[in-house]
Amino acid sequence: MDNIVSLKNIVVEFEDGEQILKNISLDIKDKEFVTFLGPSGCGKTTTLRIIAGFLEPTSGDVMFEGKRINDLPPHKRNVNTVFQRYALFPHLNVYENIAFGLRVKNVPEKEILKRVGEMLELVNLKGFEKRSVNRLSGGQQQRVAIARALVNHPKVLLLDEPLGALDLKLRKEMQTELRKIQQALELTFVYVTHDQEEALTMSDTVVVMNNGVIQQVGSPTDIYNEPVNAFVADFIGESNIINGCMPQDCVVEFTGKRFECVDKGFAPNETVDVVIRPEDVKVIPAEKAKLTGIVESVVFKGVHYEMVVDGVDHKWMIHSTKAEPVGAMIGMDFDPFDIHIMKKSEEG
Amino acid sequence: MKQLKIFSVPYLVWMLVFILVPLIMVAYFAFRTADGQWTIQNISDVGQYANIFVRSIWLALLATVICLVVAYPLAYALSRMEKHKQSTMLLIVMLPMWMNFLLRTYAWMTLLGNNGIINNLLGMIGLGPYKLINTSGAVVLGMVYNYLPFMILPLYSVMEKIDKSVIEAASDLGCNSRRVITRVVVPLSLPGITSGITMVFVPAISTFIISRMLGGGSNLLIGDLIEMQFLGNSYNPHLGAAISLVLMVIILLIMTVMNQFSPDDQVLI
Repeated sequence: MDNIVSLKNIVVEFEDGEQILKNISLDIKDKEFVTFLGPSGCGKTTTLRIIAGFLEPTSGDVMFEGKRINDLPPHKRNVNTVFQRYALFPHLNVYENIAFGLRVKNVPEKEILKRVGEMLELVNLKGFEKRSVNRLSGGQQQRVAIARALVNHPKVLLLDEPLGALDLKLRKEMQTELRKIQQALELTFVYVTHDQEEALTMSDTVVVMNNGVIQQVGSPTDIYNEPVNAFVADFIGESNIINGCMPQDCVVEFTGKRFECVDKGFAPNETVDVVIRPEDVKVIPAEKAKLTGIVESVVFKGVHYEMVVDGVDHKWMIHSTKAEPVGAMIGMDFDPFDIHIMKKSEEG
Repeated sequence: MKQLKIFSVPYLVWMLVFILVPLIMVAYFAFRTADGQWTIQNISDVGQYANIFVRSIWLALLATVICLVVAYPLAYALSRMEKHKQSTMLLIVMLPMWMNFLLRTYAWMTLLGNNGIINNLLGMIGLGPYKLINTSGAVVLGMVYNYLPFMILPLYSVMEKIDKSVIEAASDLGCNSRRVITRVVVPLSLPGITSGITMVFVPAISTFIISRMLGGGSNLLIGDLIEMQFLGNSYNPHLGAAISLVLMVIILLIMTVMNQFSPDDQVLI
């Protein structure tokens, strides 16, 4: 697969010298669903705006199909954007909103009719042609915005937190629908979100960002199972992050106890972050355990119970299908491959 | 709702006493003779001033168009500036309005006079003197200068509400900057355009100070004509009322046409 968009050493700096993006490099493959994931202010939307052409990087190159497009204005780029708050044209009805891009390009009326019709079908809005966009629900407006972008047959569709304003159920439906559309049309989608679950469900590739730096690029499974640092581990799902050290390969010491693990290649006694997912903590009888703690609280979460257990040096978050009584002493154990060892990230 | 109605009583009284009653009086006078007879003579007499009506409409129209052409790009640029710059620029736009209207127009008299500053400056480089004052051009200039803020403000307040992402969406969908304006900004700022035109055209068509001071005797406008019937030598309040009534009807007609271009929910009058 070829790279359709490449970012090379992109830096974005504000007038006051504040760096929004600090040397971002990334290749986006053709027909791929890529998601930029990170907390607000991490630079994910800025990166999207650079690809769309609304923002010129302070330095670095933006490549599209191998050509440098830094100086190309947005209207000449073969990408379209679905905006965060839809940005529909309030003076036009549904049909004219979707037809907008085609009219600008002087597409013949007959073809406009055909292509807008296809789009209305794709996003399930047949019969809404004459409706004013101000009289649509949030979900319907969202669909118009997607159709308005897709009707131009862009090579890349950019989506800036498009589902942020929708309620949970609708958001889930739209996630599946967007993924279907992307696969049916074989398009490249670049998606921005702060919702880790959304990123994991929809993407081929997840790009985790923080403070203007790419933290990790990988498939959802990689990102979840093999986070490269404590930030990624913490941001993607919940994690227990404990200070530890590596006395030797495949042995890690934390909270004063030694455990078997599968990681190697650290310097002897190097201090590390130990990351253990709450669902990977096994609850065992206290008398059989190396590590014990007292249950502080139990919250029912639907599929599982979320327990906070006060260990010696760390409050453990545990997800389990069985609840333990508050105040009980329990034991905890881990499988070696569930213990993730990470180099200390610079932020500490 | 009931409490709200009570609060509107003072304005309703005001409207009755100072707007509705005078309006009826104007209409009454327009159809009466000096010795108390009903007549349509006054209205038909207005016909002899057709040339003044035409000139007034023409000059006011010209001033309105110039205001629109000057104000539109300015208001657009203003609305796209950063917020703190916007307020400073807005202050500069409003600044002339803090000065007395008469004073401002007097200032133009000295600037445009045959021995005024402009002709003196031109004289230094060997040009002129040109006849600037007492021309219809000077009247239009006075109108544009005095009423420009009334065009800028409604345009600005409508444009400022246009979401930045809507403009980005237009360029994302293939519009160059000219097409962004014609396809998105102009349609979305139509309410501002119509109210700006109203705010400039109506005072411009009925002005008498500007034409008196900058137009001399040869550029009489309807406003001057009306004033002369009440305060001047040709004292005839019945004719004055008739002229006012005709002017009102003309303005109403023009505004009705204007409103055809405005979205349904934003009709002005």
